[in-house]
Amino acid sequence: MPGHNYDAEKYWKANLRLILGSLVVWALCSYGFAILLRPLLSGIPIGGTDLGFWFAQQGSILTFIALIFHYAWRMNRLDKKFGVDEE
Amino acid sequence: MSQFGINITFVAGSFLLYILIAIWAKAGSTKDFYVAGGGVHPITNGMAIGADWMSAASFISMAGIIATTGYASSAYLMGWTGGYVLLAMLLAPYLRKFGKFTVPQFIGDRFYSKKARMVAVICLIVASLTYVIGQMAGAGVAFSRFLEVDSTMGLIIAAVVIFIYSVLGGMKGITYTQVAQYCVLILAYTIPAVFISLQLTGNPIPALGMFSTHVDSGMPILDKLNQVITDVGFNEYTADVDSHLNMVLFTLTLMIGTAGLPHVIIRFFTVPKVADARWSAGWALIFIALLYLTAPAVASMARLNLMTTIYPEGTSEEPIQYENRPNWVKEWEVTGLIEFDDKNEDGRIQLYNDVPSFQDEAESRGWEGSELEVNRDILVLANPEIANLPGWVIGLIAAGGLAAALSTAAGLLLAISSAISHDLIKGAINPNITERGELIAARIAMATTIVVATYLGANPPGFAAQVVALAFGIAAASLFPTLMMGIFSKRINNTGAIAGMLCGLALTLCYIFVYKGWLFIPGTANLADTPENWVFGISPLSIGAVGAMVNFAVAFAVSNATEEPPVEIQELVESVRYPRGAGQAQDH
Repeated sequence: MPGHNYDAEKYWKANLRLILGSLVVWALCSYGFAILLRPLLSGIPIGGTDLGFWFAQQGSILTFIALIFHYAWRMNRLDKKFGVDEE
Repeated sequence: MSQFGINITFVAGSFLLYILIAIWAKAGSTKDFYVAGGGVHPITNGMAIGADWMSAASFISMAGIIATTGYASSAYLMGWTGGYVLLAMLLAPYLRKFGKFTVPQFIGDRFYSKKARMVAVICLIVASLTYVIGQMAGAGVAFSRFLEVDSTMGLIIAAVVIFIYSVLGGMKGITYTQVAQYCVLILAYTIPAVFISLQLTGNPIPALGMFSTHVDSGMPILDKLNQVITDVGFNEYTADVDSHLNMVLFTLTLMIGTAGLPHVIIRFFTVPKVADARWSAGWALIFIALLYLTAPAVASMARLNLMTTIYPEGTSEEPIQYENRPNWVKEWEVTGLIEFDDKNEDGRIQLYNDVPSFQDEAESRGWEGSELEVNRDILVLANPEIANLPGWVIGLIAAGGLAAALSTAAGLLLAISSAISHDLIKGAINPNITERGELIAARIAMATTIVVATYLGANPPGFAAQVVALAFGIAAASLFPTLMMGIFSKRINNTGAIAGMLCGLALTLCYIFVYKGWLFIPGTANLADTPENWVFGISPLSIGAVGAMVNFAVAFAVSNATEEPPVEIQELVESVRYPRGAGQAQDH
């Protein structure tokens, strides 16, 4: 296990950056498009309603799935790159 | 075969399956009992999390709530799924690396404090026990409707089945029965939805059908629905909410509450590796999304179906004659969950929104009040009957509703009993207890919890309906922030963590009690629970997110004013951040 070395620091920083980026998308789709920005998106029609409604009842959930799989995939690569993966 | 016979066959068949699985997966060690031996495949675990998560509330009530309030209820859809993103990135992998059996154990070790561990145990027990009451009550409802037994009798049958597989198999038995229960509940939910979507839109995928064209009117189905319900005085289905702030905070409370609920977190201790904990969060969300993407379609289509049943000639014509009402209305009238009261004595069923703004129109049509009361909980259960689906689909719905209630109840019961036997008995009262002794204690704790939950399910205290606010509020304000800070900050010390937990919890509980009554005792509320009285328009349901922010702020302030955690604790934090060397979940 890496102790307080340089690589371990870099691994943790990379993880934090990835989490931060993912959470920006997470918040944008749910709190943004689905709630706060819904009035701005009301001009984009989708099946009898607007894009904000679609994000609130479908789009945000689909985005959440994509975010988790993307995170798991990227982290697996980071684990290997920094040699902290489980054998 | 009669419908009753079909229902019995489906329910008894599914119960037999669960018991056979339990006998196959008997727990031999505490490790089997607490974390299923730590060898569960991530996809299997994802499915078990799905069943664990999707409760009687998700299966039976959620679509009904969305059907009634439309867009405003999107908070439930986003809140109960978005929490998995937080779990996958902020908690699950690191807690798996930590490699112990319970959530309070992590809090106790990380904050080197038995006091912190006990505060966590109390939060866990209150949140889980209030939650389990709803499950037991839900199982009782499903029994009394489909099996024509008294709901107390139904509850006892359900309790015996849970008893057999959870006391015998612990987490191992629960995990594999939950996989079976997931399959039952998802089939039961989606099959009627597919047929209804085909009937209304010609599209077999409900989530797409919801945004397609309504076959009968040629309009988009949501447009048609908006038109039909506004004609009789209701708000538009897709209308925006009054307070964006409240909707944001409510969604946030549900998300961080989801991530902080111990019965979900402990499921991540059962997989072999840290990487598997990340994958299983993703799989869990896929399995959950199958239901959550279908639910809004079920809601909108069932609402439209109900309206066209009542107004077969359109909303501008007179509604249906009471004598001509369809069969499913008659059957649900027997249970008292649909009630008709012919206020203007014209023999027709007037269903509309009885509000001042619609008063003139109602009077001009000779209506003297809305005449049909439909309990929103019946929507999913009545779905196959509304769509004229064959009897076996109704039997499947009965088995599905019970699977949803039982699987969640079992997960909660395990979280409670492991907190009692592992954190309370082994952690505080008798640290020298043998493995055998602890396993016996765990089984006794489980059995006792089942008895208490069954009693509370049969005699629900007056506050049963407020459970959601309480369970999510506690998990959001106390457990989630403390766990997250324990992983992401080396600076938070024992004093800071305890102060944060207590402040977050105190604020949340007080705010809920001010509007709902102290300890939910009727008549003790200080203010009426209406939007005008809420501080900044924040409802008691949404306060957990504010409590969490207070927890974070207090913990940081107090920790920075007191001394750093010892070096070995900082090394512990360091070690949970790197997957290598995770091994399997273990006690020591």
